[in-house]
Amino acid sequence: MTSLLDFLRGSQGDGRFVPPSKLTGRLTLAAAAAMSFLAVFALVLTMAAHRQAALWGQTLAGTATVRIASPHEPEQVQAALVILETTTGVNAARILSEDEHAALLAPWLGPDLPLQDLPLPSLIEVELSPDGIDTLGLNLRLQAEVPSATFDDHSRWRAPLIDAAKRMRNLGWAALGLTFATLAVMVALSTQSALASNKQEIDVLHLVGAEDRFIARAFVWRFTGRAVAGALLGTGLGIIATLLLPNDPAAGSFLTALPPNGLGWLVPFLVVPLVAAVAYLATRVTVMRLLKETTL
Amino acid sequence: MIELQNVTQSYGGSALLTDVSVQFAPGSFHFLTGPSGAGKSTLLKLLYGELRPTRGHVQLFGIASTNMARDQLARTRRRIGVVHQDCRFLDHLSLAENIALPLQIAGQLTPADRQNLADLLVWVGLAHRSDALPAELSGGERQRAALARAVMIDPEVILADEPTGNVDWEMAQRLLQLLIELNKMGKTIVLATHDLNLIRAAKTQVEARVLRIRDRQVQLAGASL
Ligand SMILES: Nc1ncnc2c1ncn2[C@@H]1O[C@H](COP(=O)(O)OP(=O)(O)OP(=O)(O)O)[C@@H](O)[C@H]1O
Ligand SMILES: [Mg+2]
Repeated sequence: MTSLLDFLRGSQGDGRFVPPSKLTGRLTLAAAAAMSFLAVFALVLTMAAHRQAALWGQTLAGTATVRIASPHEPEQVQAALVILETTTGVNAARILSEDEHAALLAPWLGPDLPLQDLPLPSLIEVELSPDGIDTLGLNLRLQAEVPSATFDDHSRWRAPLIDAAKRMRNLGWAALGLTFATLAVMVALSTQSALASNKQEIDVLHLVGAEDRFIARAFVWRFTGRAVAGALLGTGLGIIATLLLPNDPAAGSFLTALPPNGLGWLVPFLVVPLVAAVAYLATRVTVMRLLKETTL
Repeated sequence: MIELQNVTQSYGGSALLTDVSVQFAPGSFHFLTGPSGAGKSTLLKLLYGELRPTRGHVQLFGIASTNMARDQLARTRRRIGVVHQDCRFLDHLSLAENIALPLQIAGQLTPADRQNLADLLVWVGLAHRSDALPAELSGGERQRAALARAVMIDPEVILADEPTGNVDWEMAQRLLQLLIELNKMGKTIVLATHDLNLIRAAKTQVEARVLRIRDRQVQLAGASL
């Protein structure tokens, strides 16, 4: 346990060869915590967008609807049903009952609708086979025999929704990338200032035979330790905040189903090793570059 | 081993050393003396590569310091133990850790190293101060610690800049004794000092050469001492 604390303080291993610098250490910790918190959210959003894109793709892709605009003409509906049943690519076709109609309209017009008094179109729900369907051919046949029927495979609805979910997902990845890039910049700047304020120590180490690699390692230990401490803090808070988000997939909306599910909960924890890796690389590259610029 | 070839050194203004050539042969014992500000510390800095000569060359174990990359210079310094005039420690580490630092850098401490460290601390009279921070030490204690650090890596050459400046005569003799013993073991010693008594005391025990910096030149002092 003490060695873990030492690691988080950065005073483990070669880290002790540079003095603990309170200010830059705390800045690194705070920056890592804030960036981890943001990264957790970016990840959660990205994952939710992924799920949503997949969901919309699946549920809407398997079904289609045929709408018969002339109300109260059962022969027309039957004719359309016959055509559908003889079309390859249609697994099943079913006339929507009056109750189902009512349920569909209830959110807009309220319950207890006198449906029979309204000039409503009849609807046939079509279940498509995954092999696809010859939309053009079907439309031609419907036009010939039931002119008032329209076939709708939902692609008009689907395309923009899936597109939106994909854009959301790409935005999520971009936000994640920017978060880590910002962290790298912050760590590099802290390292640079620590290097400047520890010039004496660097000179002493160099004088008693330390190669640049050794000196770099000392700083890398310090900063990676602080960054991991910050990452644990920020990720923990981010996950707690995610737990507090509304999580009700049944409500059917993207915003009410943000938190990950199942094994997905493990993904936000990846932020900690990622922050460690970013801090390690940023420190090492900065130190090696600055030492190389030092003459003598 | 270490050699100055036609070295001219200046800090921007007029030259401090002009066209100096000196050789420090393996196993030799040199004193370096001269008035304050003559350039003793400057010359020592040339010998361990903290300074690169304005003109001419300083050969460290056969390679010119001007041609060494940073890391190569760092490795070369593991063969040279230096007592800096201002000591130079890592102020956040204890005395014992500071003295062990060159070994830590070169690799892990063996049990034998730890024993050597303990013995060395006793010899320089700092065993009871081993956990103290450098800032808590007196000037003389710091100098003794610096000497201990310089000899800890078992270097081939020891360069000491006024290592006895702040200690009493008895301790000065004791430190000198340590350097003389190391010289007898084959180490090359260069010791900068104002203290003529120290030089006289050494001359009764080892064959020491005295170099004096005067008029921007390094001269071999005669038997006048
Ligand atoms: N980094 C530097 N920049 C400019 N001038 C310097 C620098 N270091 C030393 N000097 C000057 O060079 C001269 C020689 O300094 P040096 O430290 O070598 O003298 P010294 O012989 O060791 O003196 P002392 O006996 O007081 O230690 C001095 O006049 C000093 O002011
Ligand atoms: Mg001096």
